[in-house]
Amino acid sequence: MLAEAGGTFWLPPQSSSTARYVDAAFHLVLGISTFFFLLIVALMVVFVLRYRRRPGVGPAKSPSHSTALEITWSVIPLGLVVVIFSLGFYGYMEIRTAPRTAYEILVTAQKWKWTFRYPNGYEDPELHVPVDEPVRLVMQSQDVIHSLFIPAFRLKMDVVPGRYTTTWFRAIAPGEYDLTCTEYCGTGHSDMVTKVVVHAPGEFEPWLRKADEQAQSLAPVDAGRRLVTQRCASCHSVDGTQVPNGGPSFKGIFGQTHTFTKGPPQVVDENYLRESILDPSKRIREGYEDRMSTFRGQLTDKQITNIIEYIKSLK
Amino acid sequence: MSQTAAGALTPESADGSGPPADNYLTHAHGVRSWLFTLDHKRIAVMYLVGILGSFVLGGVFALLVRTELIRPGPTIMSKDMYNHMFTLHGAVMIFLFIIPGIPAVLGNFALPLLVGAKDVAFPRLNLASLWLWMIGAVFFVVTLHVGGLDTGWTFYTPYSTETPSAVIPAALGAFVLGFSSIFTGINFIATIHKLRAPGMTWFKMPLFCWALYATAIIQVLATPVLGITILLLAAERVLEVGIFNPKWGGDPVLFQHFFWFYSHPAVYIMILPGMGVISEVVAVFSRKHIFGYRFIAYSSVAIAVWGFLVWGHHMFTSGMTPLAAMIFSALTFSVSIPSAIKVFNWLATMYKGSISLATPMCYALAFLFLFGIGGLTGLFLGTLSTDVHLHDTYFVVAHFHYVMFGGAMIAFLAGLHYWWPKITGRRYAERWGQLGALLTFLGVNLTFFPQFILGSRGMPRRYYDYAGLLDRHPDFQQLHVLSSIGAYLTAVAITVVLGTLIHSVFRGRPAPANPWGGATLEWQCASPPPYDNFASTPTAGDPYAVDEFEYDPAIDGYVRRSAPNPPGPCPVPSHD
Repeated sequence: MLAEAGGTFWLPPQSSSTARYVDAAFHLVLGISTFFFLLIVALMVVFVLRYRRRPGVGPAKSPSHSTALEITWSVIPLGLVVVIFSLGFYGYMEIRTAPRTAYEILVTAQKWKWTFRYPNGYEDPELHVPVDEPVRLVMQSQDVIHSLFIPAFRLKMDVVPGRYTTTWFRAIAPGEYDLTCTEYCGTGHSDMVTKVVVHAPGEFEPWLRKADEQAQSLAPVDAGRRLVTQRCASCHSVDGTQVPNGGPSFKGIFGQTHTFTKGPPQVVDENYLRESILDPSKRIREGYEDRMSTFRGQLTDKQITNIIEYIKSLK
Repeated sequence: MSQTAAGALTPESADGSGPPADNYLTHAHGVRSWLFTLDHKRIAVMYLVGILGSFVLGGVFALLVRTELIRPGPTIMSKDMYNHMFTLHGAVMIFLFIIPGIPAVLGNFALPLLVGAKDVAFPRLNLASLWLWMIGAVFFVVTLHVGGLDTGWTFYTPYSTETPSAVIPAALGAFVLGFSSIFTGINFIATIHKLRAPGMTWFKMPLFCWALYATAIIQVLATPVLGITILLLAAERVLEVGIFNPKWGGDPVLFQHFFWFYSHPAVYIMILPGMGVISEVVAVFSRKHIFGYRFIAYSSVAIAVWGFLVWGHHMFTSGMTPLAAMIFSALTFSVSIPSAIKVFNWLATMYKGSISLATPMCYALAFLFLFGIGGLTGLFLGTLSTDVHLHDTYFVVAHFHYVMFGGAMIAFLAGLHYWWPKITGRRYAERWGQLGALLTFLGVNLTFFPQFILGSRGMPRRYYDYAGLLDRHPDFQQLHVLSSIGAYLTAVAITVVLGTLIHSVFRGRPAPANPWGGATLEWQCASPPPYDNFASTPTAGDPYAVDEFEYDPAIDGYVRRSAPNPPGPCPVPSHD
């Protein structure tokens, strides 16, 4: 039941520059709500005790209408909600208005994983950012609506297929935070949990350079393994097991002969694997459904080759 | 079905104290006499059976969901099964139970009696509405058998245009149920306009009628939009035309606008009639004239009209422009004022009253507490900045369950216990009724209060598993356990409530015509009412002149005072 260290009973620690606007509005509304709730319950309890039905005592005469009273309890709440609305709108504009100089990271959401692409082309399943620097996320979805939620940053924005949505934040404390999907997206919705890593001053750029160099220098099979883990593993296993509602396992498929719902059988070779990645709906393997969306434009030729090399290695 | 009920009611009818020998339950016999009846009361009873069945079914889905969440990782079902369960829980509870709930059961039974009419304006349309409800229910049963449904009750695109689950049978079910709702709405509007008894001006109508009238406006004007949206969705799935799916050039956010244009007003279809019930119950059990009649009546209509303009508050994080978000937020706050007015008026009605804690009043007090929390937590979600944090978390789940279960369902139970003696001609065991109310109150709080904390600390809704969040949030585990225990307690509570009511049908004491001392017209006819309600058209007076009725211990009911305001002590019933 205990709250997270550094947070309040209700809210996680404030870890972005705009979190305080949300928390200020939250605590104002909490205060007003608690006051009115206690008032309502107190009046209710007092009336029930004081005016409970007793033998020989009827209801006392009292007016059944009072315009002054009615107007009072209409106008006071109206005034309060105007204040709440204004504070909420002010905070919302702060959350929605990105500074011009923000560092841009491209976000791709798909069933059921996140991919964060940095300006040098490096891709990572976790969101790494520098502390105290505004970061703008340009987000797109490959399939259905997802939503990016970072509770510690009080940040949420839907990721909608067919358009870009953007949001921004400035992390104020180095550390690791949860990042989740909050728009229901099917089987693996609750698997779309990853983390935000906020790097201390001066540590982000070295991290990015190193991660990118490592990714570049990997042998094709190792680079392919990395890509499959990031991009394919939510639907395709590599150990021969079947992912529920997913596609075939990659284990041992190279060189097998596959049959399809339409057309002649085909031996799994490099060209067939390439076609399955870029045009998955063209031939549907028997026993499976047309569920995969294309990776055209998302993977480079080099990456596709690496994936194929890795699949070949899965004997 | 209710044949047994009717059969059990006949024996005592011969002597003068019991229910009248010829009442609507005994007037005709056989299954056909029920399925083809045009009597609003029998239609209400059939709706009651169907709706409570749906509630139990939706409740079983909820218990399965809460059991799955009692610990992280797989507990009793697969990911896909979980997605089906929470979807079916929502869809069954909303479309089959809570939208028709109060209007179709309590409204159908009470409205003609309240306005002093023999039936609703269009009895055949009323029967058609029941049949459509049954057909809609069949569609949902078919959905269960042909692949289930895993879209969430909101059917968001493009997920719903792509999932292999049975979206079309479920959507057509909702479409058919929509017409059932429209028929009820048309009927109530016509009944209220044309069939009021002599003397019943608009401002002498019971407030439940005002609430039903406001509800009917929404049913008639908003539901067609749902129908059109559902047809577009089905067309897109079948014909692959681009309306909502960007793959074919559609716009997925357009679906959300269409959907919430109906579904937000639909929230008021659920809660407004409940508020109407509470207005009746609070006045009668406080032995007081309702306070601020006109403000309560106007606030119902204000909520109905304003409710059409706030749908965008479900979409503050969908990429809406800040200007649109600002307008929707401002409009959302303005709709909170009429609800606040009602709460203060109910409290003022209790002031200096003679408050009985009979079962319906226990539910009304529970309503004030629970709806208070549900309504006030709506402020967090209407506020733009806090909504960005709380949207689609458990905070939202807790908020709308406090409003739907703590508000609409509790009000339904208040109304059901209030009119039960009239519907069945029987009194339930008062102590058991109060116990049921207490247990329900405790169960709802234990189930849903921990969810506020889960949500504000960052737990997203519709999650099968929260193992990935436990590193930073070990507290989520305990909060989920508390919520699940609350769900089991609620199940026990509902068993007590339904057991008490069913028991009363067979073993209950016969009810007098006016067991609570209500001044509205339904209490003037016998319990249960005769087939055509009133032998002669009654004349309406002030519906809240409860002080004109006094308790008569001989019949354990209320009778009209022979002389106005007699001196000396007045006897009181002993149900608290």
